[in-house]
Amino acid sequence: MMRNNKNGKGSLRMKRLEKSPTGIAGFDEVTKGGVPKGRPTIVCGGPGCGKTMFALEFLVRGATDFNEPGVLMTFEETSEEMSKNVASLGFDLNKLAAKKKLVLEYVRIEPAEIQETGEYDLEGLFIRMRHAVKSIGAKRVVLDTLEAIFSGFSNTGMLRAEIRRLFRWLKDHGLTTVVTAEKGEGSLTRYGLEEYVSDCVIFLDHRVTEQISTRRMRVVKYRGASHVADEIPFLIDERGFSVLPSSSMRLDHEVSNERISSGVKDLDDMLEGKGFYRGSSILISGTAGTGKSSMAALFAQETCRNGERCLYIALEESPAQAMRNMTSIGIDLEKHVRKGLLRFEAWRPTQSGLEMHLLQIHKLVEQHKPATVIIDPLTSLMVSSTDQLHSMLMRLIDFLKTQQITGFFTALTSGRNKEIEETDVGISSLIDTWIFARDVELNGERNRCLHVLKSRGMANSNQVREFLMSKEGIRLVPVYVGTGTVLTGSARVAQEARERAESLLRQQTTQEQERVLTGKRKALEAQIAALRSQFAQEEARVTLVKQQEEQREREISQGMLEMVGLRGGARRGKIGARNGKMGVEHGS
Amino acid sequence: MGVKVGGKSRKANANGSGRYLELRLYVAGQSPKSLAALANLKKFCAEHLDGQYELQVIDLVKTPQLAQNDQILAIPTLVRKLPAPMRKIIGDLSDSARVLVGLDLRDKAGAE
Repeated sequence: MMRNNKNGKGSLRMKRLEKSPTGIAGFDEVTKGGVPKGRPTIVCGGPGCGKTMFALEFLVRGATDFNEPGVLMTFEETSEEMSKNVASLGFDLNKLAAKKKLVLEYVRIEPAEIQETGEYDLEGLFIRMRHAVKSIGAKRVVLDTLEAIFSGFSNTGMLRAEIRRLFRWLKDHGLTTVVTAEKGEGSLTRYGLEEYVSDCVIFLDHRVTEQISTRRMRVVKYRGASHVADEIPFLIDERGFSVLPSSSMRLDHEVSNERISSGVKDLDDMLEGKGFYRGSSILISGTAGTGKSSMAALFAQETCRNGERCLYIALEESPAQAMRNMTSIGIDLEKHVRKGLLRFEAWRPTQSGLEMHLLQIHKLVEQHKPATVIIDPLTSLMVSSTDQLHSMLMRLIDFLKTQQITGFFTALTSGRNKEIEETDVGISSLIDTWIFARDVELNGERNRCLHVLKSRGMANSNQVREFLMSKEGIRLVPVYVGTGTVLTGSARVAQEARERAESLLRQQTTQEQERVLTGKRKALEAQIAALRSQFAQEEARVTLVKQQEEQREREISQGMLEMVGLRGGARRGKIGARNGKMGVEHGS
Repeated sequence: MGVKVGGKSRKANANGSGRYLELRLYVAGQSPKSLAALANLKKFCAEHLDGQYELQVIDLVKTPQLAQNDQILAIPTLVRKLPAPMRKIIGDLSDSARVLVGLDLRDKAGAE
């Protein structure tokens, strides 16, 4: 019995969890699949919060992407108005209607021309809905501001009963429905519609903080499914509604061991000679005019040279201006833009809220599919509180990391010295490689210095280098570290010149000594040669003497033989060999 | 369109009252409210309109596509198409005084 019960419950749960994808960017991700299938969902919020847009996109995407025809029943705008409004988003409602993918049903309520007498119900609404659904075999329904009917009829008891009946009817017919409703005072909807729709309630909010509007979405309720209960930023633009996918709270993105050049050889040298890790986040911070943008441009150039795509987001300069300025240090970015490798986007940071920026970046990344993203400068986004920026950056960096995109950010710091590093601590934890640029004022000049503050996963150089920009590009030269002082700029150049002179002198002395030595060696070698020839003569003479001696001995023994022959011995033949015996025989 | 019930043709409009009504009653099948409305309307017409009207009864169950033109939501709905402006009376038309107001015939009714 118990087991049966359990099984029954399980299957019920499975049914309840069935979801219908809305096709709205990011929303299906946040709700893990979309809105409850075959059930009504309430989308509520204040005026202008985007609920109609949400509902419409749900319908249009359903018709175009999921082959689910839909009925749009609008109570506030006429079909023509609606078509016009969404045409700007690239939705052609009339075309969809002609293809029998969509029915536009405009319900007009004009309280002034209606007189009530006696009992009535909303059967007319049902008939129209039924007819519309049947005519195209609709799977989706949108009721745009159903509550408008409350203004048309005085019998609210009847209205509530009819609304309840309508929702039941929609459910019974398995129609995935989105109902929009106006936000009420102290309640989610003005007429308490949420009490009829208990499956899914989505709240949209549009607020203005510091003159900048931000849109937020919250899934208030999602029966039978876990959901993200946070406020999630969203955006409405020329491509429709998009919800910002929430950052993954887990840190489990893949990492790459691949190294990519920073575009500045000397900087690569400071990073084990290999550059950054692919997919890491790089921050270069510093005061104004320390060469941050130049570094960014070089990095962009390097990316494009390797045939990869780069997305450059400029928040201070227009693309044309930025590119012109970069030609002064020999960087031609325009070439890469023409090739389509580099995408240069510029907008005013004050143009919109942080979420908007973030979403825009998301969209651009999805469109352009870059290997590297540059944001110059990141600090321009700090128009709102740092808390917000922190969470936005975390989302952004997370997003880039999951896609193995290298992020290169510049940050403008206003103060000097230690303070700078402290103010940036807020984002430092998110950054893998942090390069710090500053200027050093000495001997009446300012020189740019740069060092690597940290770089995760590599033995980075601890050197402070001087940053030199010229038409030939950027060089990072080691600063002169002398007796207790660090010299940069002309002081360094002077010191180096001095050293060069000294070294030249030393070199000259050495060369002179070498010359003397060479001469000596030559003399010695000549001497050796003379001795050798002397020795050779001696040797020849000794050899001659030796030969003469042998000759003489041969002649002597020859003479003895002849003497023996003359004495006439019988053993003539052996006489030479037995000289000793001969003497003995001779004696006996 | 719907079913013509009662009333006279336009030619009959010769008795000088100057008010000729074109009415449409939207109903949904044989529902009690629809039937009540039709009965009440017939009675009303006989009492107040003196044949100066034309009535169409439209059953939306049979012809649902007609609901959109006159923006019908409530059933039953009586629509005064002529004279302009259009007027709507919703309900079973049980209160004939309100029907008079709704059809903007009150002054005339008062005078009678």
